[in-house]
Amino acid sequence: MAFIPHTPADVEAMLAAIGVASIEDLFDEIPATLRVKSLAGIPDELNEMEVGRLMSERARADGRPLCFIGAGAYEHHIPAAVWAITTRGEFYSAYTPYQAEASQGTLQLIYEYQTMIASLTGMQVSNASVYDGASAVAEASLMAVRANRRSKSLRILVPTTVHPHYRKVAVATAGNQGLRFEEVPYSAGEGVVATTSLAKYEGEDITALVIQQPNFFGRLEDVDALTDWAHARGILVIAVVNPTSLALLKPPGSWGTKGADIAVGDGQPLGVPLSSGGPYFGFMTTRMEYVRQMPGRIVGRTVDLSGREGFTLTLQAREQHIRRAKATSNICTNQGLLMTAATIYMSLMGPQGLERTAAASHARARELVDGLTRLKGVRAAFQGPVFHESVVLLDRPVAPILKMLASRGILGGLDLTEYYPELGPALLVCATETKTTADIESYVAALGEVMQAARAA
Amino acid sequence: MRTHEKVIFEYSHPGRGASDQWPQDPGAAATADIPARLRRTHKPLLPEVGELETVRHFTRLSQLNFSIDTHFYPLGSCTMKYNPKACNQYAMLPEFLGRHPLGPETHGQGFLACMYELQEMLKEVTGMQAVALSPMAGAHGEFAGVAMIRAYHRSRGDLARNEIIVPEAAHGTNPATATMCGCVVREIPVDAAGDVDLTALAAAVGPNTAGIMLTNPSTLGVFERRIEEVARIVHAAGGLLYYDGANLNAILGKVRPGDMGFDVIHMNLHKTFSTPHGGGGPGAGAVGVGARLQPFLPIPIVGKGATCTSHGGGREAEPRADGERAMRAQPDGERYRWLTEKDLPQSIGRLSAFMGNAGVLLRAYIYMRMLGREGMSRVGEYATLNANYLLALLRARGFEPAYPTRRASHEFIITLKKQARELEVTAMDFAKRLLDHGFHAPTTYFPLLVPECLLIEPTETEGKDTLDAFVAAMAQIQAEAEQEPERVTSAPHTMPVRRLDDVRAAKQLDLTWKPTAQQ
Amino acid sequence: MSKVPADLKYTKTHEWLRSLPDGTIEIGITDHAQHALGDLVFVEVPEAGRVLKAGEPCAVVESVKAASDVYAPVTGEVLAGNPKLASQPETINTDSYGEGWLMRVRPTAGGPATELLSPAEYTKLQQEEGD
Repeated sequence: MAFIPHTPADVEAMLAAIGVASIEDLFDEIPATLRVKSLAGIPDELNEMEVGRLMSERARADGRPLCFIGAGAYEHHIPAAVWAITTRGEFYSAYTPYQAEASQGTLQLIYEYQTMIASLTGMQVSNASVYDGASAVAEASLMAVRANRRSKSLRILVPTTVHPHYRKVAVATAGNQGLRFEEVPYSAGEGVVATTSLAKYEGEDITALVIQQPNFFGRLEDVDALTDWAHARGILVIAVVNPTSLALLKPPGSWGTKGADIAVGDGQPLGVPLSSGGPYFGFMTTRMEYVRQMPGRIVGRTVDLSGREGFTLTLQAREQHIRRAKATSNICTNQGLLMTAATIYMSLMGPQGLERTAAASHARARELVDGLTRLKGVRAAFQGPVFHESVVLLDRPVAPILKMLASRGILGGLDLTEYYPELGPALLVCATETKTTADIESYVAALGEVMQAARAA
Repeated sequence: MRTHEKVIFEYSHPGRGASDQWPQDPGAAATADIPARLRRTHKPLLPEVGELETVRHFTRLSQLNFSIDTHFYPLGSCTMKYNPKACNQYAMLPEFLGRHPLGPETHGQGFLACMYELQEMLKEVTGMQAVALSPMAGAHGEFAGVAMIRAYHRSRGDLARNEIIVPEAAHGTNPATATMCGCVVREIPVDAAGDVDLTALAAAVGPNTAGIMLTNPSTLGVFERRIEEVARIVHAAGGLLYYDGANLNAILGKVRPGDMGFDVIHMNLHKTFSTPHGGGGPGAGAVGVGARLQPFLPIPIVGKGATCTSHGGGREAEPRADGERAMRAQPDGERYRWLTEKDLPQSIGRLSAFMGNAGVLLRAYIYMRMLGREGMSRVGEYATLNANYLLALLRARGFEPAYPTRRASHEFIITLKKQARELEVTAMDFAKRLLDHGFHAPTTYFPLLVPECLLIEPTETEGKDTLDAFVAAMAQIQAEAEQEPERVTSAPHTMPVRRLDDVRAAKQLDLTWKPTAQQ
Repeated sequence: MSKVPADLKYTKTHEWLRSLPDGTIEIGITDHAQHALGDLVFVEVPEAGRVLKAGEPCAVVESVKAASDVYAPVTGEVLAGNPKLASQPETINTDSYGEGWLMRVRPTAGGPATELLSPAEYTKLQQEEGD
């Protein structure tokens, strides 16, 4: 019996102690009409050898193509030590640290994580993480409604250069509570938001402005101008950032004159594998003055009865209390295992390693776009600096081109045609430090051939 | 047990690092195109330590933890069962780990087959018509469930229905979820035997009722015997039934929420389906629905189609207005594909940037394949056997069950109100002293309805020896409470720390490490 | 048994009111309330100048166990929040009717107020809630 250790003798002794004749007797309170007749739709059990074989076959079917897709999930080198330690049973199979004395490992780790992420984002305090970057944006919007006493409108400005899925999640999560997410267009040709696009909101009651850096196109926004514009009008700034990029780029705490108010993002680039989109983790950081409006768990350092230093979950009472007016959250978890991996990753990489990773990714992405745009029928969509992603425009539909590349084992990027139809045939390409010059050359060559074949057809 | 480990920043030395993990330095020219005004000027506070120091530090931290791998964890309502190593190993095959969420379906059929089959197995074992896998935690699944109920009523023009009924013993997330969905909460009492008060329920339902949130077995650890009557009352008034799957382990393979009349359920894959708790996550809160709510499921969902797209963005197959057809197997279609807003135009929307906690879902899939049909019912059977056995032994030792006339489900409550009153030793004190005996404490002070309670859930993966040892420890603590109560009220004594000053933690907020003058 | 001074008025939500000679009102939370909450770790009081409507939440008291809203018993203008509570929230635990006052308010003449209880009525309420 998989995972059940009882022998028939054990069962007999236990039934005797309870005073029933069979295990079925223990279900006698349940109406007979409700009892399951059969679970015919569930296959027979597999032993570990058999399931291992099945999973290996399925994995082999998917293979490992060369991947140049970014769009919110980024392939980076993950040191072997990260998951060797993260999958230790003491981290992997531990529960939420409610009994602090039995959880000092997890609690101290969270404290170290909070310290690293707060510093990386340039903010003063962090929580222990939320589900992912998209839900972090939703949570930040709800938090901004609670924190911005001056504003009553529940209107959140969201540039269309914020990840399309993040925008959808924000609406699905916070829309039921009266929050209105209003889209702000980007400047064509630039691929960033200009403060002039915000002019129509002059004099209006707006609660918060979301700024993604780098934005979904990989482009670098003018974060100082946007932040100062918002603050001059009593609007809170929610920064959505890529944590690797923060080794190179100005962190949200330093944007504009006052710095952003809340900084969130997806921590996946920090030691978490792509794994088909999850589990990842969302980070949330803020100013100290807003800490009581921030959802999620927080760990604090304190002392025990003997005066010895220890760590514990704190500010928990506010979790029930965050029910003020129209801005409730029901979140009561963090992504513990992923946050653990990220903390080990950040410790192994250190400030220098993270900066190298960011710089190398930037360099590889430049190399990729230079190579691709030298091909006939491929040009850059936007002028201006990027981090490690760019949009290129093709002279023909993108989908068939990607299909042909995929059949050669290359995933060329994300087709933007449905997300941003105004761009025409557009492709979002990404390269990180994991791509060599040879990888890039093979992509460029393949694309050249594929475009040529399509032209001839 | 190891007692103490420095904070990692105290190991830092400028210039140290695991440099073999870093990519080659591309040189300053490589980033010269980034304008100075957008660049970072101050180094972030990350540790500067070598690889061995890092490995030692985190390994030592892990040794300060209790975990299922090391300790019995009878936490009621949490289902701390063994997390099979096979689930981890096969979920972490490099092809699964390396797959980009936006990669083409042609290069994801292996993964998608696992997700599709997981949806199908979860449907079968819960008696629901359709399943969505993207909610990333129990509370997230709860949110999806209530949002779907709301969407259903609104789609029928029934805008007055904004009340969610909740039994007074319910988990705190239930009212918070209701508020998040723009609803108001109406509480109803439970009777002395732990069942919902049907008279109060009948009085509470009406034209404003959106639905009721229940778990069965309830948070009191007992089966809601008149659930069919509850369903009839709520349905007759036009409301829907939501099932909180926190206690599914008690009835897995024995009873199905769909058969009890529930319209929507959430499942906690990190409880019932054994995915790791990870020190606080990641979970997965898959939702299942009956036919009425199918159009509202959160996307994306895995479907089968005659063709599949070669790439996530473009479409070759006709979009389906009726998502249900797309989800049924097509006779000529063996290819799996993602169903999105185009297929489910009334969906409550996207709840995750991609498709939820894929790696967690893979682990649940592997677990369910290893259990198989027979294994599902064994879970319910042995979880219930273990709980009733523990209840019988504790009762024999003089502990007071909260519901003495009822069978335990997969968990049960004992109340220590007598000990609190006569010996001034509380449930909290017992919990702390259990740590010294090498057992993680049961859930304490939940449900709020029962004073000084311990909610105890052994799960089916524990053997008789462990249960016997736990009872012996409880008996020992009881004896100590009578003879030497100070030992209990000042416990734990053998852990890395003693009881912590929560008040100071909240008043003198120390939430990030700061270097002192010397560092 | 919690203290219930005879010279004050009370609300059902466990606030007390003291009428001052100059026509202003001092407001706090009762001994029963502070006892139920436990050691207070954080208190948020309204700023001077804020206009309150009777019944609206106007302050927050937070302990390790719970965070609770404090409700304005009268309509009026806040003259001052107690500045001591930012650094010493435990003052409410030790002296809930004296040094632990939350705010001083100038009530609007004829403005709506919540129902006020006499000391005897409040004592009865406490007993019903199980002091």
